[in-house]
Amino acid sequence: MASLNLLIAVCMAYGAALFLVAFGAERAALRGRSGWLRSPIVYTLSLSIYCTAWTFYGAVGYAARSGLEYMTIYIGPSLVMIGWFWGLRKIVRIGRSQRITSVADLISSRYGKSNLLAVAVTLIAVVGTTPYIALQLQSVTQSFAVFAAADPTARMGAESQTTALWVAAGLAAFTVLFGTRNLDANERHHGVVMAIAVEAVVKLCALLAVGIYVVWGLGGGLGETLARIDASARLGEWHIANGRWSGLIFLAGAAFLTLPRMFQVLVVENEDERHLRTASWAFPGYVMLMSLFVMPIAVAGLSTLPRGSNPDMFVLTLPLSQGQTGLAVFSFIGGFSSATSMVIVAAIALSTMVSNHIVMPIWLKLQPGKGAMVSGDVRHVVILARRLSIVGVLFLGYLYYHLSGGGAALAAIGLISFSGVAQFLPPLLGGIFWRGGARSGALAGLGAGFSIWLWCLFLPSFGEGVVIPAEVMRHGPWGLSWLRPYALFGIEGLDPLVHGVLWSMLINSGLFAGISLLSFPSPMERLQGAQFVNIFQHSASPRGWEGGTAQSEDLMVMAQRLLGAREAQKLFQREAERQGVQGYLPEPTGEFLQVLERELSGSVGAATAHAMVGQIVGRAAVSVEDLMAVADETAQIMEYSSQLEAKSAELARTARQLRLANEKLTQLSVQKDAFLSQISHELRTPMTSIRSFSEILRDAPDLSGEAKSKYAQIIHDEAKRLTRLLDDLLDLSVLENGQVTLNQSRVRLGDVLDHAVHATGADDGRLTLRRTPAQEDIWIDTDGDRLAQVFINLIANARKYCDAEAPVLGISVRRAEGQLIVDFIDNGSGVETSQQAMIFEKFARIGDQKAGGAGLGLAICREIMLRLGGTISYLPGQGGAAFRVVLPPPEALAAQ
Amino acid sequence: MSKSVLVVEDEPNIIEAISFILSRDGWHVSSHSNGEDAVEAIRARAPDLVILDVMLPGRSGYDILRELRAGEGAGANLPVLMLTARGQTKDRALAEEIGASRFMSKPFSNAEVLEAVNALVAP
Repeated sequence: MASLNLLIAVCMAYGAALFLVAFGAERAALRGRSGWLRSPIVYTLSLSIYCTAWTFYGAVGYAARSGLEYMTIYIGPSLVMIGWFWGLRKIVRIGRSQRITSVADLISSRYGKSNLLAVAVTLIAVVGTTPYIALQLQSVTQSFAVFAAADPTARMGAESQTTALWVAAGLAAFTVLFGTRNLDANERHHGVVMAIAVEAVVKLCALLAVGIYVVWGLGGGLGETLARIDASARLGEWHIANGRWSGLIFLAGAAFLTLPRMFQVLVVENEDERHLRTASWAFPGYVMLMSLFVMPIAVAGLSTLPRGSNPDMFVLTLPLSQGQTGLAVFSFIGGFSSATSMVIVAAIALSTMVSNHIVMPIWLKLQPGKGAMVSGDVRHVVILARRLSIVGVLFLGYLYYHLSGGGAALAAIGLISFSGVAQFLPPLLGGIFWRGGARSGALAGLGAGFSIWLWCLFLPSFGEGVVIPAEVMRHGPWGLSWLRPYALFGIEGLDPLVHGVLWSMLINSGLFAGISLLSFPSPMERLQGAQFVNIFQHSASPRGWEGGTAQSEDLMVMAQRLLGAREAQKLFQREAERQGVQGYLPEPTGEFLQVLERELSGSVGAATAHAMVGQIVGRAAVSVEDLMAVADETAQIMEYSSQLEAKSAELARTARQLRLANEKLTQLSVQKDAFLSQISHELRTPMTSIRSFSEILRDAPDLSGEAKSKYAQIIHDEAKRLTRLLDDLLDLSVLENGQVTLNQSRVRLGDVLDHAVHATGADDGRLTLRRTPAQEDIWIDTDGDRLAQVFINLIANARKYCDAEAPVLGISVRRAEGQLIVDFIDNGSGVETSQQAMIFEKFARIGDQKAGGAGLGLAICREIMLRLGGTISYLPGQGGAAFRVVLPPPEALAAQ
Repeated sequence: MSKSVLVVEDEPNIIEAISFILSRDGWHVSSHSNGEDAVEAIRARAPDLVILDVMLPGRSGYDILRELRAGEGAGANLPVLMLTARGQTKDRALAEEIGASRFMSKPFSNAEVLEAVNALVAP
């Protein structure tokens, strides 16, 4: 136990040293002397958290079991790094420009800042990472146990659980201390990064030291060691299965991009995009060095140590068995470094996700009314949430370790973890390379992929019969053989890992692509999608981009699209004036941006307005074209809705017109009835006289000749009256239907009046006519007969109705505004005011019927004047009856 | 004693025709051509029979008949023959409703008028 105490002391000392390194780095960063912290080498070394205790210890075990297959775990990430220019660079650029804090943040941001998606990714990440943390705890515990028993064959005792708990607690403490010291907007942790960079060096040196010892100390040189590898009894059992190899390379590459901790160091902690260039060769070099002595150590362990020794612990047990305690302790420190650095970063990454996407939204929801007004004390809440999340994540890891009993081989757990987080790959890559990727597709793909992973890989990993009963493993749940975890959909004979990865990735990608194609993304998704996919076109350089007039111009262009040119210019001018800036472009101050955002949100909604303004002004990169696309889209929607409005207005108008038409029809129907009734009366009255007197003439032969001729005269007069009435009716009907043909000719107005006077018999002296021949000497182009008809009616009316003792009718002609005005004014009592409005209606006879006439005269006049392009109206207040005939200007008449 | 008839009608030719027909049959015919004071004229002259036109200047025959029937004395039960040039069914219905003794539409045959007046006033 003394060595165990020593180990614990070493661990404590090592931990303290790391603590100091981290502390120093933070201080340096705070003082601004962080230049050396920003070295690409530090960045590369921080990436080494990819090489966890699994790689440190497990690679040897992997090699001992499966030969060179362990190389796949290194080849995948190396390929990703070498090909950084195509994939990684884009993710890093997006991460920096969008201030992405985690892989969950990236995916949710891409798909319209969907919190549901963020929660899904976070949960999957937690579930996927938990076994991995358990794996680290297991390896540390195992390494302790190795020393404790000083016996390679020692199995875990009850105390291993306690060890694991202590290790978890210690790591939690360290992570809480350095992972949540400050709340940087960028979520960067200089201290932690520095510490893991140191750990990267330590673990590499430790593994190299063991390797060098094995090759040159134990094996007697390079040549002999190679010979020993060739001669190894186990080599024959090793084989390279192409399917599994490519599957594993893919898986490792995918995990390298999607593991929360890798995302943390690759993207979030990235100080400078150019570091990628260095890391692209330095990182593959690092992992090559890490894997350099794996095979020799494995072969040496297999041949030197007794059969049944745990090959996962060869790195420790080999030096120990040779009495090299110092080397073993160094090796232990290397393994400890690998485990702790991974756990710390993973815990930071996961706690960021859990607190940002799960704890904080819930907390904000639980603050009624305060949700929108977050003040200073929220920082404490965030830090508390982070700390609780870290403790929670580590506890989950411990729980998994406790439940699984540490039974499964390290490598197997690692690969299952890889395949879990690899589910993020379709939405991640699909999101940054394909604008069509949609939130619903991402959700569906993730859900399905994760479920398959749970069923086929994760749950069976606890061991047969622990979670899934052995019966189900062999025959499927409820006897459904196509649901067997290792033979899904009846595909048998595949390696369980390849099987699970194949199905989960296939269905994940398929659903993602399929549903994305079928769904219509929201404007926010489109905007984000455009930004993510076209990140390089919009962000010239992640640094040194300053705003100013250019920004204001962009804002102006955008505002014009959304508000309309006039509104936007007015707003900008007003703001510029308020700021005292010359011209119409105000400075993009916070105040102005708020005003602008408020204005824009009126037309596109608050969220989009905020995003749009933010993307133009913030460091985020989006092209004006993309914004315009969104704006156009919105404009289209608005246009569409205004079209709808216009349509409904049109409908209302049509309905109103219909109602009016209906009312008019009803009115017309009433008028028609009245008209028919009137006509009936007008026709029947003369017919009555005619019939009656003709019967008298027929039945009374004793009539005197005088009476006979009198009655015959009555019949004759009434027949003439009937004929006149019928003529008038026909005339009116023709005029009203517009079927009348006008005989246009050049006539002298005086002649037309003369003709009318003569036709009415008004030249008999009973009615005095006052005319001014000079006025009447005007030539006009019109239908002289029709015009005469109007004049006849007016003169006849004066003869009939003028009740003056000496009736006088004055006819005056004048021009006004080109029009020709002919007034007929008599000296009678005129038309009563109440009747003036209706004298032009049919049968609107004034006074009694003795005057004769059917009451159609003025109605006919009105129709005629309408056809002639003029008007006829009654002039009130002229003393007597006064009618005004207005003829259109001679030139207009000529043009007709 | 010859029976008397009052013709309330505004068309002179029709008054003349009716006068001729009824006079030959032994009636004493008088006429009134205005609607406005027709009720007073009827009451004042108290004829055995009234021939009443519907479309009269000043007041419609319907109104005259209504007042006549609503009032006291001779007018209330006086036989009234209504004449109208608007020979529609609804006019006939209205006339009967307000108490016309007989309804005829113009043009009428002389024989018809004679038959009607003789039927209305018992000899």
